[in-house]
Amino acid sequence: MATVTAPTTPARGGLIARPIAPTGVWSWLTTVDHKRIGILYGSTAFFFFLVGGIEALLMRTQLIRPDSTFLGPGEFNALFTMHGTTMIFLVVMPLSAAFFNYIVPLQIGARDVAFPRLNAFSYWVFLSGAVLMHLGFLVRSVPDVGWFAYANLTSRAFSPSGSVDFWVVGLQVLGVASMAAALNFLITIIQLRAPGMSLMRMPLFTWTTLITSILMVLAFPVVTVALVELMFDRLFGTNFFNTAQGGDPILWQHLFWVFAHPEVYILILPAMGIVSEIIPTFSRKPLFGYPFMVYAVASIAFLSFTVWAHHMFTTGLGPIAVSFFAASTMLIAVPTGVKIFNWISTVHGGALSLKTPALFALGFVGLFTIGGLSGVMHASPPVDTQQQDTYFVVAHFHYVLFGGSIFGLFGGLYYWFPKFSGRMLDETLGVWNFILMFVGFNLTFGPQHFLGVDGMPRRIFTYPPNMGWDLWNLVSTVGAYILGLAVLVLMYNVFKTLRSGERAGNDPWDGRTLEWAIASPPPHYNFATIPTVNSRDAFWAEKHPYLGTHELASNTSELAVAGNPGAEAPIPDAHDPRGAEPEHDGHGHIHMPDPSYWPLIAGLGIFVTGLGLLFSIPLVPIGLFILIASVYGWSLEPVNG
Amino acid sequence: MCPVAPQRLSPVLDVAQVHRLTLYSGCMGPQCRGLPLRVVAPPLLFLTALLAAGCTQWADASAPQTTVFPASDINRQILDLYALIFWMAVVVFVGVEGFLLYTIVRFRRRADNQMPTQTHGNTRLEVAWTILPSIVLLVIAIPTIPTIFAQDTVPPNATQRVRVVGHQWWWEFQYPDLGVVTANELHLPIGQTARFDLTSADVIHSFWVPRMGGKMDVVPTRTNLLWFTPEQTGEFLGQCVEFCGIQHANMRLRLIVDTPEGFEAWVQQQRATAAQPSGDAQRGAQLFQQGACVGCHTIRGTNAAGTVGPDLTHFGSRRTVAAGMLDSNPQNLNRWIQDPQGVKTGAKMPNLGLSDADAEALAAYLLSLR
Repeated sequence: MATVTAPTTPARGGLIARPIAPTGVWSWLTTVDHKRIGILYGSTAFFFFLVGGIEALLMRTQLIRPDSTFLGPGEFNALFTMHGTTMIFLVVMPLSAAFFNYIVPLQIGARDVAFPRLNAFSYWVFLSGAVLMHLGFLVRSVPDVGWFAYANLTSRAFSPSGSVDFWVVGLQVLGVASMAAALNFLITIIQLRAPGMSLMRMPLFTWTTLITSILMVLAFPVVTVALVELMFDRLFGTNFFNTAQGGDPILWQHLFWVFAHPEVYILILPAMGIVSEIIPTFSRKPLFGYPFMVYAVASIAFLSFTVWAHHMFTTGLGPIAVSFFAASTMLIAVPTGVKIFNWISTVHGGALSLKTPALFALGFVGLFTIGGLSGVMHASPPVDTQQQDTYFVVAHFHYVLFGGSIFGLFGGLYYWFPKFSGRMLDETLGVWNFILMFVGFNLTFGPQHFLGVDGMPRRIFTYPPNMGWDLWNLVSTVGAYILGLAVLVLMYNVFKTLRSGERAGNDPWDGRTLEWAIASPPPHYNFATIPTVNSRDAFWAEKHPYLGTHELASNTSELAVAGNPGAEAPIPDAHDPRGAEPEHDGHGHIHMPDPSYWPLIAGLGIFVTGLGLLFSIPLVPIGLFILIASVYGWSLEPVNG
Repeated sequence: MCPVAPQRLSPVLDVAQVHRLTLYSGCMGPQCRGLPLRVVAPPLLFLTALLAAGCTQWADASAPQTTVFPASDINRQILDLYALIFWMAVVVFVGVEGFLLYTIVRFRRRADNQMPTQTHGNTRLEVAWTILPSIVLLVIAIPTIPTIFAQDTVPPNATQRVRVVGHQWWWEFQYPDLGVVTANELHLPIGQTARFDLTSADVIHSFWVPRMGGKMDVVPTRTNLLWFTPEQTGEFLGQCVEFCGIQHANMRLRLIVDTPEGFEAWVQQQRATAAQPSGDAQRGAQLFQQGACVGCHTIRGTNAAGTVGPDLTHFGSRRTVAAGMLDSNPQNLNRWIQDPQGVKTGAKMPNLGLSDADAEALAAYLLSLR
């Protein structure tokens, strides 16, 4: 019988003894286990969801009536800046990362990612970036220039306090984390798939992770350049965006949006992947049109680099450029629409169970459609000149980012919660969470379309009476409070479940993909035996061999028939007694990557460098020294016995 | 799973039956799975009511900055395009959401072991629903392109030229052909095409009078162009629509469209040098000339030639103070002069520590500058 034991002999040599403890705080600080890193990302992201949510509630409270003095302009401007930046970079992205981390190795039949220590490093750098960005609160100099920080408002001349620097340095550091994680996942998916899992047999969530990672690798360097230029303007007196010396503020917009448009697809694709897992599982049918779905995601990713200037239709680009970007923006609506039809067609003819994950997934489909339609309206530049910078745009992006990404991610939370924790979230509370969130969300953002049509600009801390805006602002604020209530219900559900929730087995939803083949939560090593895969929806094919499985393997076009479909060894569970596998060493152990201090220390080095840029330049070489030394230690670190 | 076949519903249901009804499955009783009608109905009814309310309220003609009641030629063209896109979007919305809801309701799981046919796709259908949206988008794109060019091409008959300079947080308007310089309040004659040359003295702003036309950003180092022909007289509100710093919300403007005669009269009035102060206004004029005011403001015909803040030569003819924040009257003006930071935190006008009496005198003077 294959035995799996934790290594007991710490390694010799290396700068410091390599950690070995499997439990306790230090085990979390030195973990390289993708599952633990996923939980770290998810918990941190949820914390920032609450922070961003409170920022939103404060803003909506200020806007509940005209001429309110609840908040002053400086406070409000900081709130909308931090709310946007937090929700995008500290909530949606890390929540997606939590799922990439936890689920993708399980879905591809791997035991961890390609570079486990780099994975941990990404998390610690992410945490550094999040903290650096929020240090402004401690010194009462909070970024207040909007989440896209247009030049030349961000120059020293017009933002003399250090507030913008917290945004620049924080975002720069977050970019490092994202790039490292993206490369890691890209390589993991390409290299570590189980035998037999061709690309077109991967679960769709793995596909969206792959494509999102490619987008991140290509887009983040652009914002890195923009941020370096802005930082140099502000700290070292260069003139990229300094108009007094001939700089061009429109350059910032181009650089920023070339990054930020793909960024919004980075925000939505993981949620689309999650929805593409949930809907087939809860309909008991395969995803309708899997190949088209894959091509659609790939097209969206490619086209996302061709549309950026639709954020700049009113900057005076000239009619030819404007026409080009209008066309490309309309084009990208096509693959997006295809996905909607495919999801609905998956349910069609199926046996739909409306459990909470399915409610959120179908909510995504309905709400994202609305966001997509308002997006198509913006795609026509003449119409956009009446909608740009109004609440119509605010409504649009909240429908796609909240009604889309957040609903999808919440669906993923309910769907995979049993896998993470071994317990089932309470279904009644889940339904209440969904209803409150659906009603609250539509009440908050639906009327904002009307506000936009009535000419209410965005980013205004107050508005006068008699503009026709009073009623819908009131309704919107009431909706926001209902959303707050929905989140409280969720938190109660999670708390209650972790304490005393119903235990989940391996496969509570009759799932289709490999993560459901193993225990909940999975053992440290995931799979006792790496499975061999013969089809898409590999686990489903194992459970239901009598159902026709559409084989796209190169060697067969026959349908699997009743009885043994000619499969290789069935997917074993964690306690499979069948003999030692080649990857086990001679002692019958599965060798898992060892924990390590170095990712944490390297992250600390980056944090100190950031602190230096913000407060005291001498810290910069110290931080860089810590980083370089830790890279050395990391490279030379021996393996535990 | 229902232990017995689901009851057929009688054509007339009593309230209790409806209360127990599970949406469309025809199943009644605690053994039915899925969301009961009493759970699903309230949110659905609520949403429908909201939608209906919104649709009747959305286009509020009394909203001064409404975008869908055009008062200019180019705005009518934009609205026509929007109407096309909007109604197509409504059709798509009803179709897609209807399909979604129908599917959810119709294909509910009726039994625990229910296993549907494992359909993988339908290539013909998928190609069709790739091509059909492309056609819809083409229908939107085709009228869009000419409208882009129309919006972007200043007509040759644009005789009214206005140079707009955006400042943190007020609007400067110059009429170079007419020798008029004013702030925050713009006048135009009806029926004459106006062309705006837009630039900024500091950061990026955006100039927008929603009933007249789409917005155009106001960018330092470049001059953007905007045009429209007003087709209605009246007062039209606008404001800055690109976040430009702490008082972005209070960088408002108003456009007054007048008959050609009315406009001519206004121009003549604005070209004149400042009115000579008399009575109470004299003391204010003295304070102005001797005080810090001249460092930032111009009053033509006096020594005040500052260009940091708005031209005040005809301040008394304007309807608002502080870029549209307050109606122009003695109390508001007094408040503004004494405590600009209290009225508009972060504004470039500092508190000068003036006494009540001095502020009153200055206000009287400024209001006399018609």
